[in-house]
Amino acid sequence: MYRYTDFDAGFVAERNRQFRQQVERRLDGSLTEEEFKPLRLMNGLYLQLHAYMLRVAIPYGTLNGRQMRALADIADRWDKGYGHFTTRQNIQFNWPKLSNVPDMLDALADVQMHAIQTSGNTIRNVTADHFAGAAADEIADPRPVAELIRQWSTDHPEFQFLPRKFKIAVTGSPNDRAVTRAHDIGLRMVRRGADHGFEVIVGGGLGRTPLIGKVIREFLPEADLLPYLEAIVSVWNLLGRRDNKYKSRIKITVHEHGLDDIRARVEARFAELRATFSGIDQALFTEIKTTFASPTFQAKDTTPFDQAYATDPVFWAWADSNLAPHRAPGYAIAQISLKAHGATPGDASSDQMRVMADIAECFGHDELRISHEQNVVLPHVHKSDLPRVHALLRQHGLATANIGQISDIIACPGMDYCALATARSIPIAQQIATRFDDLKLEHDIGELKIKISGCINACGHHHVGHIGILGLDRAGVENYQITLGGDHTESAAIGDRTGPGFSADEIIPAIERLVAAYLEIRSDPEERFLDTYRRVGMAPFKAALYQADGRAHAA
Amino acid sequence: MARIFRPKVVTANALVEGDVIYLTEDDSWSRDLAQAEVLTDEAHAQLRLLEAAARSDEAVGVYLADVTLSPTGPQPTHFRETFRDTGPSNYPHGKQADL
Ligand code: HEM
Ligand code: SF4
Repeated sequence: MYRYTDFDAGFVAERNRQFRQQVERRLDGSLTEEEFKPLRLMNGLYLQLHAYMLRVAIPYGTLNGRQMRALADIADRWDKGYGHFTTRQNIQFNWPKLSNVPDMLDALADVQMHAIQTSGNTIRNVTADHFAGAAADEIADPRPVAELIRQWSTDHPEFQFLPRKFKIAVTGSPNDRAVTRAHDIGLRMVRRGADHGFEVIVGGGLGRTPLIGKVIREFLPEADLLPYLEAIVSVWNLLGRRDNKYKSRIKITVHEHGLDDIRARVEARFAELRATFSGIDQALFTEIKTTFASPTFQAKDTTPFDQAYATDPVFWAWADSNLAPHRAPGYAIAQISLKAHGATPGDASSDQMRVMADIAECFGHDELRISHEQNVVLPHVHKSDLPRVHALLRQHGLATANIGQISDIIACPGMDYCALATARSIPIAQQIATRFDDLKLEHDIGELKIKISGCINACGHHHVGHIGILGLDRAGVENYQITLGGDHTESAAIGDRTGPGFSADEIIPAIERLVAAYLEIRSDPEERFLDTYRRVGMAPFKAALYQADGRAHAA
Repeated sequence: MARIFRPKVVTANALVEGDVIYLTEDDSWSRDLAQAEVLTDEAHAQLRLLEAAARSDEAVGVYLADVTLSPTGPQPTHFRETFRDTGPSNYPHGKQADL
């Protein structure tokens, strides 16, 4: 795993020292809120509905046991004993006091973590496939690329006052688990013969104007990555609409100027910039790669796994839904669901964090990942250890067997925490999960991704949910709009609106009607909800949603 | 016809704790909506808002929130204000924890 160099450690310590003084000056009245707000946002500190919120980066979603334990300690000491893992591979603490935040940041720095560039108009925390370095379908580990981008972008002088936030995601696998097509820049590793490179996708994004990213360069040789990225960001830095916050993201720039125009500008700028990159970036990249060396995998007998799988139905159900193929023989990728039925999606208590840290240290080559689906991943577990891992997880409410299923819901904090929200998301997720658990339909339904946002900013990725739910405020009442057919993978698509929204009371029955319609019309149990939708289209689902309550005419 | 002025309270988040506070008649900040000064006159409300906003070393994000009057004191009219006055619905945290 990447270790801070002296430079990194010094950089973070200095930033923390500065922020401590800025907080002191705010508390003694020498800084106004107008002066302080940009400073706190640069350090990941927001003010929400009920309290401050500290957003901590988990670069490319990777952390070790010691870091997870430090997060648990921070949660106990300065927060309310839990943390919220987000779709952007961050963790958010919902209850810090302003006066404690400098100490929290120091505690993070002790374990090589920080909150820099988790907010503001900068290049944000770079996200990556949560199965990086482990997946059987991977070309190469995308994390060294993400780390290279992080080092290049952190405090990059040209990119501290961008028109708006800028998000980059990287995947090393043809199966896109990093939602690259919904990012300002998405990078997909590709091979051309022996040459390593990237497919570069630009202008994806969700929010108010959801757009799927477009391929600006089909094959970018690996060595050209940073000058090419810099060219894209600098073209947008000049063209991006600073006059209108809703038109400032690069997706709008690409949309307004057209992909060809942007491509021509980027290529011209790239030609200038390329010469100025002296190759230091490549030397650095080589160095970074060595810090991501793969663990030493062991050859062990998998009989304990096979026995448990054959005899223990609970283990078997968990293995079927929560394990994914590993590239090393005898190993598996195990997902820890943070979606126990009725729990808050993405939340983990400090005790649960410590258990996950222990398990990673004892059975998982000391590695943990945070997925954009708000779950935790043990990327490298030998199959023979899985029965014990499962038993430990079970003791701590962490063995829910629902990955990819209807209760594995992404939900943003919504009106329960977020100052921008127009409705709540968390209770809707809780109720859907409990309802389908009661119906005992979950496994029969199979893969179905529900994603919920509490306002148009789309932090809960609702546009790319198979079923997306968007919470709105309609004349002072919470109202939930449904979209169908969204897809966050390599076949990315934005969902289609079904029609008028539903009240908080109506939304759960509405989802139930949708699912019932799917179960009735799917060609066979293997056909996923998304495939059925693609085959039959909106009409039968719309009928199920609106005819039952006599609102067909309204739709 | 002149727009009817709905009763309001001055509210904000406390600088240090970040929690929800309301301006009282005696110029202190209370965490209890029941103790908030209810403003029924528009000009007076604007004045109180300006005074409160000037206290930037105590309060952040000062604004006027609609309330209705009840025997037990002012009540929020919008659900957002109800949540601010109680806390999140997924845990018994926030103001509801102190009741
Ligand atoms: C509670 C504090 C939060 C605030 C104030 C906030 C604010 C915003 C805003 C304003 C946008 C729209 C940006 C734009 O379209 O230009 C946005 C987008 C987004 N946020 Fe948040 N957000 C918050 C929490 C979260 C959380 C908890 C997550 C993860 C669960 C998250 C992940 C994202 C993602 C994935 C997008 C959309 C993708 C995009 O267009 O870039 N945010 N957020
Ligand atoms: S989608 Fe809206 S409500 Fe949800 S976290 Fe983002 S800004 Fe807040």
